[in-house]
Amino acid sequence: MADLRSNLAGIKSPNPFWLASAPPTNSGYQIMKAFDAGWGGAVWKTLGVPVQNVSSRYGAVNYRDRRMVGFNNIELITDRPLADNLKEIEEVKKYFPDHAVIASLMVQSKEEWHQIVKDVQNAGCDGIELNFGCPHGMCERGMGSAVGQEPAVLQTITEWVMEVAKVPVIVKLTPNISDITEPAKAASAAKADAISLINTIQSIVGVDLDNLVPYPIVDGQSTNGGYCGPAVKPIALNMVKNCAQDPNVGLPISGIGGIETWKDAAEHILLGASNVQVCTAVMHYGFGIIREMTSGLEQYMNDKGFATIDDMVGKALPNVKKWENLNLHYKVVAEINEEKCIGCQLCYTACEDGAHQAIGLSGEEGNRVPFIIEDNCVGCNLCSLVCPVEECITMDRRDDGEKHDTWAARGERGEQPTTFNDKRAGGLHHWVPSVQDALKHRKS
Amino acid sequence: MSEFKRPQDDGDFQVNFTQLKPLMNATEAYYESSRCLFCYDAPCIQACPTGIDIPLFIRQISTGNIDGAARTIYTSNHLGNICGKVCPTEVLCEGSCVYNHQDIKPIEIGRLQSHATTQAILADTKLFEKLPDNGKKVAVIGAGPAGISAACELRMLGYAVDVFDAKKHPSGLALYGTAPYKISNDDVLREMKYLEEQFGFKTHYSNRISTREEYDNLEKDYDAILLGIGLGGTRSIRIPGEDLTNCEGATEFIETLKLDHINANIGKKVVVIGGGNTAMDAASESARMGAEEVVLIYRRTKLEMPAYDFELDLAKGVGVSAKFNVQPVEVLGEDGKVVGIKCIRMKEDYGDLIPIPDSEFVIDCDVVIRATGQDKQRGLLDVLSIKYDKAGRIAVNEHFQSSQEKYFAAGDAVNGGAEVVNACAEAKQAARGIHAFLNDK
Repeated sequence: MADLRSNLAGIKSPNPFWLASAPPTNSGYQIMKAFDAGWGGAVWKTLGVPVQNVSSRYGAVNYRDRRMVGFNNIELITDRPLADNLKEIEEVKKYFPDHAVIASLMVQSKEEWHQIVKDVQNAGCDGIELNFGCPHGMCERGMGSAVGQEPAVLQTITEWVMEVAKVPVIVKLTPNISDITEPAKAASAAKADAISLINTIQSIVGVDLDNLVPYPIVDGQSTNGGYCGPAVKPIALNMVKNCAQDPNVGLPISGIGGIETWKDAAEHILLGASNVQVCTAVMHYGFGIIREMTSGLEQYMNDKGFATIDDMVGKALPNVKKWENLNLHYKVVAEINEEKCIGCQLCYTACEDGAHQAIGLSGEEGNRVPFIIEDNCVGCNLCSLVCPVEECITMDRRDDGEKHDTWAARGERGEQPTTFNDKRAGGLHHWVPSVQDALKHRKS
Repeated sequence: MSEFKRPQDDGDFQVNFTQLKPLMNATEAYYESSRCLFCYDAPCIQACPTGIDIPLFIRQISTGNIDGAARTIYTSNHLGNICGKVCPTEVLCEGSCVYNHQDIKPIEIGRLQSHATTQAILADTKLFEKLPDNGKKVAVIGAGPAGISAACELRMLGYAVDVFDAKKHPSGLALYGTAPYKISNDDVLREMKYLEEQFGFKTHYSNRISTREEYDNLEKDYDAILLGIGLGGTRSIRIPGEDLTNCEGATEFIETLKLDHINANIGKKVVVIGGGNTAMDAASESARMGAEEVVLIYRRTKLEMPAYDFELDLAKGVGVSAKFNVQPVEVLGEDGKVVGIKCIRMKEDYGDLIPIPDSEFVIDCDVVIRATGQDKQRGLLDVLSIKYDKAGRIAVNEHFQSSQEKYFAAGDAVNGGAEVVNACAEAKQAARGIHAFLNDK
């Protein structure tokens, strides 16, 4: 049986699923309820000088009938007194000594940092997370993402914290930056114990088309929020990968961003995260989703032969290369399974209008199954992605696997195209239908 | 024991005839519309006789553009609301939905169509700009689906239109012949009122136009005449006892049921003769009216039955039983009233249907309903010297113009009896035919 126990830079928890610092970790009550439901750890709602919040606070991106595919918030850090939070941290640790309780912190001066670090350590927290990520409200006051966007400032503050820290320190990074490894390297230079990413992405989720105000609306006005939820996972995965692959970062990673199922968690871990943090999914479905997450991850680890979480961490990283190192001779083409095809012809119109005109229609009465024009198929996958039937369109390999060449290697040989009409480029011999076929609605 | 109690008041009636395709609320419509794949060259459009751009109106519903959805529907089909409810969608648009090939429930296109059009009707949304009046006049005979559709289309093209109908209410069989669990009378009449107000044709109900003289006058006053005259009464099957009390035609039975609801003549044990959709309706309706037993008899096999499978299933679902290869021989009576029906079993003999000797039997019953097809309006056509085929269907060219150049025709009188949606499609073409005819002159 796979062992789900997790260890991030010395912070141990019964499983790698932590609650991210956010509304679900606003109180000891919520965190104990989460641990009782099966969560392995929790990062406390960020502590600091308590704030005044606004109403309303959240906006969502719905896709068709799916709610909250994306989500944003303009809520700030805790608005509760520090003393109350410290008392509750102590209480949680009393009930759950083996679970991870992390204190997320955000203050301004060196003195404040020193004081609050000591306070939360005294309360018994297992680790500290520095909130250098919040991209709304707090950043206007020089905190949150304002720190995360300035690696030098990030390093200085982290060093202040390290002066008094006795428990592992995690630096939480903002994705609102062009190169995520820069603040990650600054955290490393400051001798932080780990990094966590990503925090939310600056966003406007939509506009009220009747009143011309973006969401969420506060008395007829709005502000940018922080974007999260399933929609941000691809951005998070890429940034996790970038940090995990950079030898100058060299820190354990707590993966955050779009994690709702065990699969999302497995992806974060395979790309280098040692554990994961979850918020939006809990705000949507409650603490109960942990049952699916632990059972799914355990099943996957058993199926794949991963005995521990550490066995899994970063296992996909060797397969992520720079573009210039991909094999230019690898050739796949689409194949349509006529038995499975339901005749929606979405692949046809997608390829015809959005790709390479490599799918045709028979035109025969009663036959709606499209066919592949193999000479034009560049193996882009689009048809197989739009197809609503599982395993109906597959991408079949056509090259024999013998040849291997890359853009980088061509460069070394001086064989990259260099002029505008260079014959060494791709796209030659591409068949294009007649112009008249594009003008069916135009009156002659 | 029957599943349904005999309705004592209109409340009971509404319960027994609960709508099979109830109106969707906005959330249900949003969820359902979200499932549409937006197929290329969508099969549902091809399956719709009026060619409604179904994926477009479904996408308009899912993006909150309900007026746009209604406009898309009404652009192709002037009876968009009625058709959403009464169309045999199971064999048309929904039957062709690609989800069927994946063993996934097809999109509920009919109910989505009703959803969008009902909102437009309730809000009295003005969807179209008419062309300016062109000074020409067209008379429409018959306010059924064909007549009303043609009237709408002709008004769009700028014609002054007068619609005449022998009956008190418009919509023909949509009101007088459609099973009450498919659409309520209120729903039918609401769309009729909406269309009349939107398009501004003039209506003349309880106004039968049948004599040569009346048509002579119309020909003088109007530039063209559209015949949407439908079919006649139930055809006789020429067996003894057909004239007994409580042996009635299905069309007549259904009309009484539709208008008088609980006062329709319902027996304890009802035998329905026929294998078409009207027979299925009459049988279902008898059962829902509280008949203790309802038996369908059809002289051929189940496979040969012209009714849609889902219509037979509907009837069976409310307790109707069916006997195949059974032909009625005589309606039996006592004191002038039906007491039973004598039948004989049939078999196929090298393509011929022949009775099996000595296989007669009697089904006791107190009502016999003949759903054996409707007569054609040959009498009127003879008066007008309009040609018709052997089956009594008006002969028309591709513009739906009859042998008398001023007369166009559409609907059951031309196709011999089809769905409301077929009448709508033909009527639109007939109206365009009239437009072409009057502009070529």
